[in-house]
Amino acid sequence: MISADIQTVLPEIVIALYAMGALLAAVYTSKDEVAPLLTWLTGGLFVVMAGWIGYNGEGVNVAFDGAYVDDGFGRFAKVVILLSAAVVLVMSQEYMSRRGLLRFEYPLLVALAVVGMMVMVSAGDLMSLYMGLELQSLSLYVVASLRRDSVKSTEAGLKYFVLGALSSGLLLYGASLTYGFAGTTLFSGIVEAVEGGASIGLLFGLVFLITGFAFKVSAAPFHMWTPDVYEGSPTPVTAFFATAPKVAAMGLFARVAFDAFGAVTGEWQQIVAFLSVLSMFVGAIAAIGQTNIKRLMAYSSIAHMGFALMGLAAGSAFGVQAMLIYMAIYVTMNIGTFAFILGMEKDGVPVTTISSLKMYSKREPLRALAMLVLLFSLAGVPPMVGFFGKFYVLRAAYDAGLAWLAVAGVIASVIGAFYYLRIVYFMYFGEETEALDGKMSPVLWVSLMASAAVMVVGVVNLFGIEPLAAAAAATLVN
Amino acid sequence: MTVAAFTFYAFAVTTLLGGLMTVMSRNPVHSVLWLILAFISSAGLFVLLGAEFVAMLLMIVYVGAVAVLFLFVVMMLDIDFAELKAEMARYMPLALLIGVVILMQLGMAFGAWDYSEGVAERLAAPAGEVQNTAALGQLIYDKYIMLFQLAGLILLVAMIGAIVLTLRHRTNIKRQDILAQMYRDPAKAMELKDVKPGQGL
Repeated sequence: MISADIQTVLPEIVIALYAMGALLAAVYTSKDEVAPLLTWLTGGLFVVMAGWIGYNGEGVNVAFDGAYVDDGFGRFAKVVILLSAAVVLVMSQEYMSRRGLLRFEYPLLVALAVVGMMVMVSAGDLMSLYMGLELQSLSLYVVASLRRDSVKSTEAGLKYFVLGALSSGLLLYGASLTYGFAGTTLFSGIVEAVEGGASIGLLFGLVFLITGFAFKVSAAPFHMWTPDVYEGSPTPVTAFFATAPKVAAMGLFARVAFDAFGAVTGEWQQIVAFLSVLSMFVGAIAAIGQTNIKRLMAYSSIAHMGFALMGLAAGSAFGVQAMLIYMAIYVTMNIGTFAFILGMEKDGVPVTTISSLKMYSKREPLRALAMLVLLFSLAGVPPMVGFFGKFYVLRAAYDAGLAWLAVAGVIASVIGAFYYLRIVYFMYFGEETEALDGKMSPVLWVSLMASAAVMVVGVVNLFGIEPLAAAAAATLVN
Repeated sequence: MTVAAFTFYAFAVTTLLGGLMTVMSRNPVHSVLWLILAFISSAGLFVLLGAEFVAMLLMIVYVGAVAVLFLFVVMMLDIDFAELKAEMARYMPLALLIGVVILMQLGMAFGAWDYSEGVAERLAAPAGEVQNTAALGQLIYDKYIMLFQLAGLILLVAMIGAIVLTLRHRTNIKRQDILAQMYRDPAKAMELKDVKPGQGL
């Protein structure tokens, strides 16, 4: 029995063993000099694992007495997590090496964080949920303050840590109330227990759990940490924060909502809808006044989480499908946008002010065009793929009878379009003040162009992601 | 009053007293000592519950290691607690309000607490005659092996994190190099000079 269990969690074991082995190897050899190699190696391993999970996984495998569930939903989320983490790692290598930030622990901490994320999206028990979440969060706190001589980076790490600890506390409290009601921490047991209706104590537990998740996905009103952490962390780390951990936290949210509380959809639907509406508006309105592009991306991510939550709020298989598609598109857009931000520099020093982009199109027409495509996509302007992401979640909300939520989403996305278009305006029509220079490394250039190309070409059939997401959602909601 | 009841009240009162004094005492070193008292009395409570393994853990890990470490940290760090408290006092009214509201809500939740139907079947069966430690061992290393290993990974991350964020390789300090000491050649390291009286070198 144990060998079958290990077979199920083999991808996680391989990555964890790799991280430990590479750690030892790097400590006993030339330490930070092997960091670029380790970064590429880790990225490569992620891609191999994504391929393995994507092509080899079949059916629903339950391991360790239900603590770990390997199903289509988990595999979809894991493939997105692994691929995005691999691209972000590879993108960060050149940037960090040049600034002396690339320490050999960085790729390994990312690898361990990814193990945590994989456990999160496959959790079948409140305990494994918490273990995966902590493994992920703890690694993220460390990489947030990787630039330890900078006050901002240290502050980012500390802030993230303190608020993360608070949210973990809330989550644990919710878990203990849920356990108190159901008498078991297994999701399969909880769903059985709530079938007879939810007591007020269980509702408290559910609210605490959702609060904890909202912290992790940075949904308003639990978004306060996001702008500071995004601004203070080194830019490659910010790029990482904006991609894989969001998918993992969203996956975990959906997993608990349907696997554990699928019988009382009505109870959490209203909370999620509220979070969704608030995130969309806070993200759209608060971003308008930002002058730093990293802070702007933080608010943008809050707004996007609002849209993804809209899919979840629908409470249907189609809603989950819409959410998965939305997350996959969101991650692709963010990779391209952050590749662009990583390439913004003047005299070798990274610049993150939006005003520095004025008349960027004259210097770098191609890069400006790619960014334009990405920003249009982020805003949800029709011919781009980003529009389809929004379209899916809006339709899911409408089908579920949440027409007001869909209307609010449309209004918020119109408001949000303003600040994306402002960047476009700067790039094409502004007056040049401090011109950016510097070449992009080939990896960044390829990531930026590929991501922009996907936004245009993807309109044909979304690269066949739709049926995959539908199959994944079907395994979660039944 | 039976012996068990008497012991329970004795330990319970000391636990509460220890906890209260941890927060109230002005000197942080005293706070840690009160905290140790709270740990020891809660260990006594665990023994009364029949959870002797947890009681031992509390003594060995919390009192033996964590609290002593706390004591060192508190003694070494020069923290101005009065200033911290003044900062806290500014937000006290709001914090109290939120605290009271949450307390009342939780009171509502616990006042009307009910269990799900069939909770008894879902609860883990008591271990019977097996000793605590043996029962825990069977669970941790068998049923919960994955969680146990994940906890190990979390500790590993904490360790890597502490090293990444604090270790600095300083270049201009002297370190002991044992090989260099052993291969030291007295003939090269020393030189005999004949100093003439009244002249110096």
